[in-house]
Amino acid sequence: MTLVRGAKSGSTIEGGLDVEKERWLGRQPIGLLFILPYVIFLIGIFVYPLVVQFVISFYDFFFAAPGADVDRPWVGLQNYADVLQDPTFQRSLFNVFVFMIINVPATVFLSLVLAYALNTKIRGLWFFRGAYYAPYVTASVAIVTVWLFMFGVTGIVNTVLGPLAPDPSWLINSYWAMPMIAIFVTWKQLGFFILLYLAALQNVPNEVYEAADVDGAGAVRKFRSVTVPGVRPATTLVIILATITGMNLFTEPYLLTNGGGPNGASVTPVFYMYQKGVEQGQAGYAAAIGMILLAITLLIALVQRRLLERD
Amino acid sequence: MRRGLNFVLAIAAGSLLLVACVSDGGGPPESANTSRGPIEVWLSTNPEEVAWGEQVVASWNSQHPDEQVTAQQIPAGKTSEEVIYSSIVAGNAPCVVLNTAPSAVPQFQQAGGLVALDTFPDGDSYVEARTGKEIADQYRSPDGRFYQIPWKVNPVMIFYNKKLFAEAGLDPENPPLATWDEFLQTSRTLVQKGVAPAAIWPAPSSEFFQSWFDYYPMSAARTQQQLVEDGKATFDSPDGVAVGNFWRTMYAEKLAPQEKYNGDSFKDGAAAMASAGPWAIPVYKDTIDWGVVPIPTEDGKPADQIYTFSDEKSLAIYYACEHRLTAWEFVKSATTEAADGELLELTGQMPMRQNLPEVYASYFATHPDYEQFADQAGRVVEVPNVQNSTEIWQTFRNAWTSAVVFDDEPIDKAFADAAARANELLAEE
Repeated sequence: MTLVRGAKSGSTIEGGLDVEKERWLGRQPIGLLFILPYVIFLIGIFVYPLVVQFVISFYDFFFAAPGADVDRPWVGLQNYADVLQDPTFQRSLFNVFVFMIINVPATVFLSLVLAYALNTKIRGLWFFRGAYYAPYVTASVAIVTVWLFMFGVTGIVNTVLGPLAPDPSWLINSYWAMPMIAIFVTWKQLGFFILLYLAALQNVPNEVYEAADVDGAGAVRKFRSVTVPGVRPATTLVIILATITGMNLFTEPYLLTNGGGPNGASVTPVFYMYQKGVEQGQAGYAAAIGMILLAITLLIALVQRRLLERD
Repeated sequence: MRRGLNFVLAIAAGSLLLVACVSDGGGPPESANTSRGPIEVWLSTNPEEVAWGEQVVASWNSQHPDEQVTAQQIPAGKTSEEVIYSSIVAGNAPCVVLNTAPSAVPQFQQAGGLVALDTFPDGDSYVEARTGKEIADQYRSPDGRFYQIPWKVNPVMIFYNKKLFAEAGLDPENPPLATWDEFLQTSRTLVQKGVAPAAIWPAPSSEFFQSWFDYYPMSAARTQQQLVEDGKATFDSPDGVAVGNFWRTMYAEKLAPQEKYNGDSFKDGAAAMASAGPWAIPVYKDTIDWGVVPIPTEDGKPADQIYTFSDEKSLAIYYACEHRLTAWEFVKSATTEAADGELLELTGQMPMRQNLPEVYASYFATHPDYEQFADQAGRVVEVPNVQNSTEIWQTFRNAWTSAVVFDDEPIDKAFADAAARANELLAEE
């Protein structure tokens, strides 16, 4: 009896340990070993810097020489308060909003339509696929130079437009600078998003198109009623990625409009963060901008996901 | 869900622990100030300066077998200052950088990256004796100490293209560029005659340092004042606004374009004039028949009373250096009268040495192109050595592009707002 009891009680303990072990390590603990390198990478490259950024955003922080005796006082939420009241930061958020209003819908629409077209059997398909993907894999610096020449005061676009060309020219015009950046980024990134949609289109069953044919649906109707709903998860991904691209915008205002010009019309939060943190050595302030930007991006992505995946 | 939250919290806690554990580390020992040994120095990427630097290093190494100097060009980056700042933070800055911008010194100093010269018994006296006390004092930090050795100066003057001037019917040997009215009229003639798309093409973009080549030389010529004096911004004044109005006219009449030129507008013949220092002579000598005049003033001051922006570069000894005495001795050997003469000979840049035209009279006799620059080198205005200087320059530049380049707001209002912000930043010190 005692033995039995003991055996019972032992198996209960072992069972309890197993449950506890499974709760922490999962059913296949070896899987943890496989993901460990990536987890370490993630902690080292993303989590650790993020936590450091969070911490220094509460200090009047600047980077200093190792061993140097410098004073970097705790300022609490002062950096956050200053950033939120900073007109340049507010302007940069507005600029990014303008960018996203143009870039996100244009990216979704053009990449879906072009992916749909490239998914059909047309002559010279390989050429079109390559042509749309080429800007994505070409270095921004090289393409920016071409755009600077094209959209300069004496560039080909203004030459063609003649008196219709804006004055000041596109990239130095307060109204046109940000839309031009949005168009540039849309065009440059299109190849990547087309690729995402092409992959998604492979998952739309042919039977659905056949059924639509039987129902007498035309090409436009099939696109609206079969293709668009069929690639909805990809659309969610494209919208979120395009939004993140917008919030992280740096290279284009840095190169295309010479540092957020004209007159701050293309300053973005990340560019401003660079100006403050690197050029002006105010790392604490720049860190606060980064944290606010992260919060806004997460919030937008969350709202988008909720809205797009409602059903 | 709860497991995921636990996981995230565990990682965050671990990271916080890591943050707490990571200190700034240790710097060089106290004995570094009196230590001798091998050192590393960085040279600018200008080919002529590299040739000079290698010569100086070779000469030093031949005489100091136990204190060898290794030289390399400043690693590539957007600006030298960003690269140097990164190396300060990383703790691997070289002992000496022979191209330290005075505008970056306050930031480097705040980061604890520079060695004060009074660390060495003859530090301050050496700088004052070589450069002259009055000019040298512009390079003292607010705490009264020197963290840089004023080295060479590139006084900004107006280069003009003699061929284009002649084509426009202007006298290429005596161009009318002394007063603002003359400068404007000459600019109109050049553009209207179609000899070049622009009379002059300073970068109209927003980078903080661009004001050194449009506003600052003219302001210096008019007032001899730095951007900040006695803890207050100086551009919010009738003089500052007058300079702004002059350039507004240049932009409004499209004599200076609002779009940045991708390349060297003067070298390419896209502009008939340029504001630059003597460093540009080797660049232009084979392609352009150029002349040079002082910065114009409203009333046409005599040339020997005109000041300009120095575009100076300094030498500095960096905190990470473990053999600072060797670094200091090397700096002195690179700034002797003979070494300065070699610098002048090889680069055409003006050493910050008293009585320059007299000391190197034979050089200037055989190089008349440089004589005017040598004369101008004695009348230069430096960037202010104050904390937050980059942000102050950026604040001013934003006001400049807004009001002067693009006419988006009145100049006096833009300058007043920028000055108020600059004064706030100055008060933070």
